[in-house]
Parts: sequence; C-alpha cells; structure tokens
Amino acid sequence: MKKVTDFHVVEVQHLSHDTFIIVLQGTEPVIAVLPGQFAEVEVPGSPEVFLRRPLSVHGCDPVAGTISFYVKVVGKGTARMSELLPGEKVSVIYPLGNHFTILEEGRVLLVGGGTGVAPMLMLANKLKKAGAEPVMIIGGRSAADIHISDAYHAVAEMHVTTEDGSLGVKGRVTDHPLLKEEFNFNRIYTCGPDPMMKALSAIAREKGVVCEASLENTMACGFGACLCCVVKTTDGHKCVCTEGPVFDTTYLENW
Amino acid sequence: MADLKIDIGGLLLKNPVMTASGTFGYGPEFDDFINVSDLGGIVVKGTTLEHREGNKYPRMAETPAGMLNSVGLQNKGVDYFAKHIYPAISHYDTHILVNVSGSRVEDYVKVCEVLNELEGIPGIELNISCPNVKEGGMAFGTSCPSAREVTKAVRAVYHKHLMVKLSPNVTSIAEIAKVVEDEGADSLSLINTLLGIAINAETRRPVLSTITGGLSGPAIKPIALRMVWQVANAVKIPIVGMGGIMNATDAIEFILAGASAIQVGTANFLDPTVTIKILRGIEEYLDRHNVATVKELVGAMECC
Repeated sequence: MKKVTDFHVVEVQHLSHDTFIIVLQGTEPVIAVLPGQFAEVEVPGSPEVFLRRPLSVHGCDPVAGTISFYVKVVGKGTARMSELLPGEKVSVIYPLGNHFTILEEGRVLLVGGGTGVAPMLMLANKLKKAGAEPVMIIGGRSAADIHISDAYHAVAEMHVTTEDGSLGVKGRVTDHPLLKEEFNFNRIYTCGPDPMMKALSAIAREKGVVCEASLENTMACGFGACLCCVVKTTDGHKCVCTEGPVFDTTYLENW
Repeated sequence: MADLKIDIGGLLLKNPVMTASGTFGYGPEFDDFINVSDLGGIVVKGTTLEHREGNKYPRMAETPAGMLNSVGLQNKGVDYFAKHIYPAISHYDTHILVNVSGSRVEDYVKVCEVLNELEGIPGIELNISCPNVKEGGMAFGTSCPSAREVTKAVRAVYHKHLMVKLSPNVTSIAEIAKVVEDEGADSLSLINTLLGIAINAETRRPVLSTITGGLSGPAIKPIALRMVWQVANAVKIPIVGMGGIMNATDAIEFILAGASAIQVGTANFLDPTVTIKILRGIEEYLDRHNVATVKELVGAMECC
C-alpha cells in the first residue's frame, strides 16, 4: 500500500562535498520498504524545483520510524535537499516500485557504482538474513567517492575499485578479479550508471546467471500515471516506476 | 452545505472536480491514495484505434513552474481497453470518460463506435489537441475545417456525451470552439498543453526525444484562464476548464472565468491526493462566500 505522508528531517550526514545521507522521521507509522524500492521526495522551500525527486531508499527502520536516502548533489533539487535542517517537514510518497528478488542460498554479488550504492546495504542485510552469502563491490572514481561504514563489513564481504587506484583495485568494477577469473556467484545485483550495469549484464549472460539491475530514470509521478519514465523492453515500453526500477536485464532491449 | 452538483451538457456530475487525461492513468493508480468514486469524473488515458508504443525516452523535462511531456499517446488500443481495462474500472461510482485520439478521421470514428457499446462509459473527450504525435492529434484542432470534419464524423456515430478538448496552440480558440459547437459537441474542455522546447545548454541538445513537447503546470494557468473566458463568451455549451490547477483557489478562478467543471492534471503527479483537497476547498469556499450552488459561480467574474 503506497501513501503520501509527512516526515521530519532528523539529520543530513555529509559524506563528501557532494554526497550525503538524509534521515527522516515519520509522522505516522513507517511502512517497511524492500531493497530496491524508492520514494518520491518533495523538495521543500525551492520554488524553482517543481517536481518531487525519485530517490532509492537507503535504509528503513519501521521500529524507529525512520527512513533514509543516499543522495548525490546533481542539480537544484538535490542541492536544496542537502541544506535541509533538522525538524523541516518533507512530504514523501512511498514505497514505490518493485524490489530485488532475495535468494535464500549461495554466493551472490552486489555491485554499486556512484550513488548506486544506495540500496546495497539494505539488500545485503536482507540476503544474509535469508541465507545467502553477499559479496559486495563498490566502485568510484577515487577514494573520496567511497563511503563504507562498519555496517557494510558486518554483513558482506567488501571489495572496492577506484578508477585512479586511490583505494582498492585500480580500474572499474568490471576490472575486479571477482568479475573475471574468480567469478563464482549465483546472481548479480547492481545499481549505478547504465554503462556499468550493461557491462555486468554481459558478464552475467556469459556466466549463465541472472543479473538484476535497478534503473534510474526521469520521472514526473513515480506511480504509473504519467508514462514518462519508460525503458525499452523485449515487450515494448515499460514504466521504470511501476514495472521496475529493478529489471532482470535479459528483459531489457539492447542490454 | 453548498450544492456541488453540476450539469455539463446533460452529464450530471456530483461535483465539478474531474481528472485530466494522461495524468491519472485509468484510476487504479490512485486507489491507494484516494477514493476515486468521490470525484465528479475521470478522463482516462488517450485511447487510439491501434496499440501505440509512444515516443522514445526522454519524454519529460522539468521547467520553471511546470513540465514538458512528449509521451505520444502510449496505449494498448481501444479493443484492449474494452476487453481488459474497462471491466476493471467500471465499478467506480463516477463518470468515466475516455479520451479519444487518432491520426485519421476514420480511426476516430472506429474508436467511438467501440466505446458506444460500453454501457459504463457515458461520454468521450475527443482529443483534437495532442501536440505529441506526428500525424493527426493537434493538427485536427488547429484549423476550423479539420476541427469541423472530425467533430462532425464522430457526432454522426457517437450518441452519448461528446466533449471536445481544444488546443491552445491556435490564433483564435474561440473560432475553433464555435465550429465544434456547431457540429454538435455537448461540451468543451480546455486547454491542452502548450507547445514548448527544453534545451540542455551543456550538450546543445534538446531534452526531449521529440524536440518539442507539451507544457503543463502552473506556468500555463493565466493563458488557460484567458482562453476559458474567451470561449465562454463565444459559445453556449458548457466548458470544462484546465491548465495549471494546483489547488481549490485555482479551480474557483476557472469557474469564475466561465468553466462549469474543472480537470486537475499535472498536480496529480506532485500530490496524488490533490483532487480531494481541491474538492474540499471548493466546498469550503462556497460556504464561506454563502454561495448555495456551484452553478451560481460559473462565469461570475465581475469585470466592472
């Protein structure tokens, strides 16, 4: 059941000059969000920003009544969001979209690139709880892009790649040995830039495993009313907001 | 408590709040948020004879106080609607109008013939104003002869309520309105979106795949109010006003300009409960101003 409801800002944790985690407290009981689902978040006090912003849910704790988002400043909306103060009211429509499917056994690979790391901690927690063995690769341009807390290490075997080699394996996530000779996984879960996810999809196909990718797209509504956020699938145009954001990549055309 | 009922050319609405085609899906998309049956009416997504994939992504650009879209009438065609969608929405206790579009007059006619047979569909909104399809659509609504031709052809086969949706992308919307009224339309809805462009200065490319798209949202409200007022002064049939309505005050302004009912469009994307808020707000306004019926307020702007 989706709803539109008010939250209050608890805090904005700045991870770097352009990346932050925003934590919100519900004014009503918080609905449990599944890994990969997203929310349409209002940007208050910014007349130039007309639409809500679709954001992948980073964390959700119905007991504490909180929800959090991992955000990178890319425009006016996210810039304003980074300046929100504790106590400010933010309207949120959630939970939206489908979610990653949870395997109950075997080694699984989670790959997050850039802000695509957003749903990965929740996903790893869920997978581990279900009985799978999560291994995660986080990729960025440099060490400054990588923000891994103890919570990640507690739940998954962690690996890092940076393009400049300042942390972990030098190169892109697909240069990591785990995606080459050491590949030994039942499934790939990924979220990040399209070229990265397409490369992972190709590897999954070659290895004969399923690749689930969470797509990002420009949306007006987030719940299937506007038909703006389409992706071309083997079955025609589908809305990323309702049929996704998570897709088995074999279903996507030209992947 | 004020009387919210309003008759638009024989179609009796329980209140003047409707939803605009292309912004409300088919209704079920909003079931989690509101009781759709509380509305005066809903106008479902533009329906064509054949299945249409719509335009390529990107289809949307955010703009100051609004947005551009170029969805391009993505829908599964009228037969799919009749077989699969209609049975799933006919339980709503509100008027369901189908927005009808096409590239050729004979296509419009065929779609209307199918819809004629659906008992739970009391009317159609003839879309002669979609700016986002290559052939037909808006072309029908931007010249008097073609607006006349398509309205006449549809009127000849369609026996229930015929609402015609007008394009603002014309020199004189009143002229088009008069032609459509002459050909037997029961009501008019206006305005559809205004043609616009968004450009990415960094990449020097248009934001939309189709280059141009339709502008909606509060940015277009003053233009829409002006056009509703002009058309109200030119025709006798009722008008359903729309264009940037975000709240009850906006809705009241359209009614004062001459609209008997209103459609809420883009605002549904920002707040899926907005239609009910507008409905309650209209009620509150009428009571506060001691107006007994919505009807009294239609065209009640005092110019001197």
